Amino acid sequence: MTTTTTELTAGSTDPTGDAPAERKRGGGGFGSYLLIRFLLIFPTIFVLVTTVFFLMRATGDPITAALGGRLPADQLAERIHEAGYDRPLISQYLSYLGDILHGDFGTTLSDRRPVTEVLRTFGAATLELAVYALIVAFIVGIPLGMLAAYFRDRYPDALLRVFAILCYATPVFFAGLVLKLVFSVWLDWLPVAGRASTGAEIQLQTLDHPTNIYLVDAIQTGDGEIVKDVLQHAVLPAVALGLLTAGIFLRLVRTNVIGTLGSGYVEAARSRGVPESRLLRKHAYRPALIPIITVIGLQIAVLLGGAVLTETTFEWKGLGFQLAQYLTARDFVAVQGIVAVLAVIVAVTNFIVDVIAALIDPRVRY
Amino acid sequence: MATATTVATPTRKTWRRLPIVKQVRQSVGLQRGMLLAGLVLTGVFVLTAVFAPLLAPYEYDQLRDAAGPFGAQAHPSGNHLLGTTVGGYDVLSRVIWGTRTALAVIVIAVLLSIVAGVLLGLVSGYFGGWLDRVLVVVCDAVYAFPSLLLAIIVAIVISGGQSSLIGGVMAAAISITVVFIPQYFRVVRAETVRIKSEAFVESARVIGASNWRIMVRHVLRNATRTLPLILTLNASEAILTLAGLGFLGFGIQPTAAAEWGFDLKQSLADVSSGIWWTSIPPGVAIVLTVLGLTLVGESLNDLADPRLRSRRAADGPPPAGTVEPGGAVVNSAGYVA
Repeated sequence: MTTTTTELTAGSTDPTGDAPAERKRGGGGFGSYLLIRFLLIFPTIFVLVTTVFFLMRATGDPITAALGGRLPADQLAERIHEAGYDRPLISQYLSYLGDILHGDFGTTLSDRRPVTEVLRTFGAATLELAVYALIVAFIVGIPLGMLAAYFRDRYPDALLRVFAILCYATPVFFAGLVLKLVFSVWLDWLPVAGRASTGAEIQLQTLDHPTNIYLVDAIQTGDGEIVKDVLQHAVLPAVALGLLTAGIFLRLVRTNVIGTLGSGYVEAARSRGVPESRLLRKHAYRPALIPIITVIGLQIAVLLGGAVLTETTFEWKGLGFQLAQYLTARDFVAVQGIVAVLAVIVAVTNFIVDVIAALIDPRVRY
Repeated sequence: MATATTVATPTRKTWRRLPIVKQVRQSVGLQRGMLLAGLVLTGVFVLTAVFAPLLAPYEYDQLRDAAGPFGAQAHPSGNHLLGTTVGGYDVLSRVIWGTRTALAVIVIAVLLSIVAGVLLGLVSGYFGGWLDRVLVVVCDAVYAFPSLLLAIIVAIVISGGQSSLIGGVMAAAISITVVFIPQYFRVVRAETVRIKSEAFVESARVIGASNWRIMVRHVLRNATRTLPLILTLNASEAILTLAGLGFLGFGIQPTAAAEWGFDLKQSLADVSSGIWWTSIPPGVAIVLTVLGLTLVGESLNDLADPRLRSRRAADGPPPAGTVEPGGAVVNSAGYVA
């Protein structure tokens, strides 16, 4: 997967260039890499925003989609005219691009809120969920990956690899359903859905400066019960979404640790009589973690997509949950706006991750 | 003999060189076990789809039989081995019929994306130039984006979100295709760029072969090495994307066909009241199908990579600096559900 991303960035600027040619030219160092990689954000966003715009318009105008059949034809036509959807497509497109440049991603049809406000209200919840999920993925994926590498080709390795594939093979919403069934309904250990109990939620709303990241808010109230309540609500969604990424981490760590365990410096340590388990813990695993940073970049997209499903399963009121609501309401302006915002987020995080990867491993630069 | 591909001489051992057979013979121990398990699961899935009318006790949209209506959320019983759904359908029948929908979507999606992705990758890599640059940027952008969201939008475009059997299957398949094209594109393009500078391509050009002939006979034949791996992994992603679409209400209507994701969406409310038989069977069906396909894909991937292949004799350590093999293949960022 490291190869993928390197190839991705290298290929984007100089598609015909072979590696040696790149190296000859690439004395530019970190500064020029940073600049080129930064400039690449814009075509990415542009391509996505344009694709989404034209795809959405191919269905017809959003007002007919949302209200068609509910309003008489003349009123419908009036609303369409009001919103400017009867103009030529190209002029709609240009004004849409102009709006986006000003940070205006449109106003939802169903509840008449600016998309940026929707993002502010619900974005924090999704961020919180994604961070929890990443934590779960790290805790589960990295140690198990090392274990699998240590027992390479023996039965613990086979079991762990099947587990990794199962993590991937289970749709997050089905994982969520099973977790709910077992831990909420049968065992009654954890809450079924939501981000907090009603009582706690009311207290969180009364804060002066709510961040809408419930854990932070709960700590602000200084009430241990609320913190506990918020954390209890987060466990199942975080596990459901986190396991997805955990499987990928497990596989990646396994492959890389197998690689480093056979490398020269580990061999040297082994010949000095360092025990295998210590080789694993002290020598082999650290360089094997570097590729994970690159993979996190790709995982952001996975987590965002998975968040839509997880949030729907657990009624976690985040961006994904809201997006599903708008989809059901056929509010395509909202859908288009949210998707465009997500495109920006994905492009920017990928940039950040690539820069971090380049800082750590100079071979990534070109 | 203008191509560089080794053409198998027809001997009585030809069957041993067939794609899957060759790998089964090549594999040992655990790896063989995983490959065989995957093949068995995939085989069961395909057979169930083919013989669904014989296996399923009822139709996928049947609500009553001679004895009267089935009733909603009925417990598993002799008549309904896995109970009935909230809509009053027989769960077991819908799970069995669901294999047909899944198989149809996989086949269409994989065929469409292979044709489009390979063609674009070949042309882009072979000719280069501005077209290549544009295609690379577009495909990278699409590749980096959450594929489920893209699939939703394409599904909206194609069917407005609710669909008949053919419309729904096509909508799901095409939305998945859009997500997959970049993966085939990248692999084939990278291979094409590498191959076109090889001596045999040069020689073909010297003797006056046309661009088209070089592309098809010399480059394509050699660039498709990794396709079987992506194919199996994409097939499993197709199922997950189809289920995700169904779960969000953008799949196929229950009266048009049985679809596992839709049934899981319907069962969401049942779970809170402890009803397990509406959600577990379709979910397990998804997991087993994806598991089977992924096991096959993974095993093929490992067997194609000498660093990861388990050897028959004592196993030497792999060379240093191993990165995730087949990066573009194993886990595409496009994966969602």
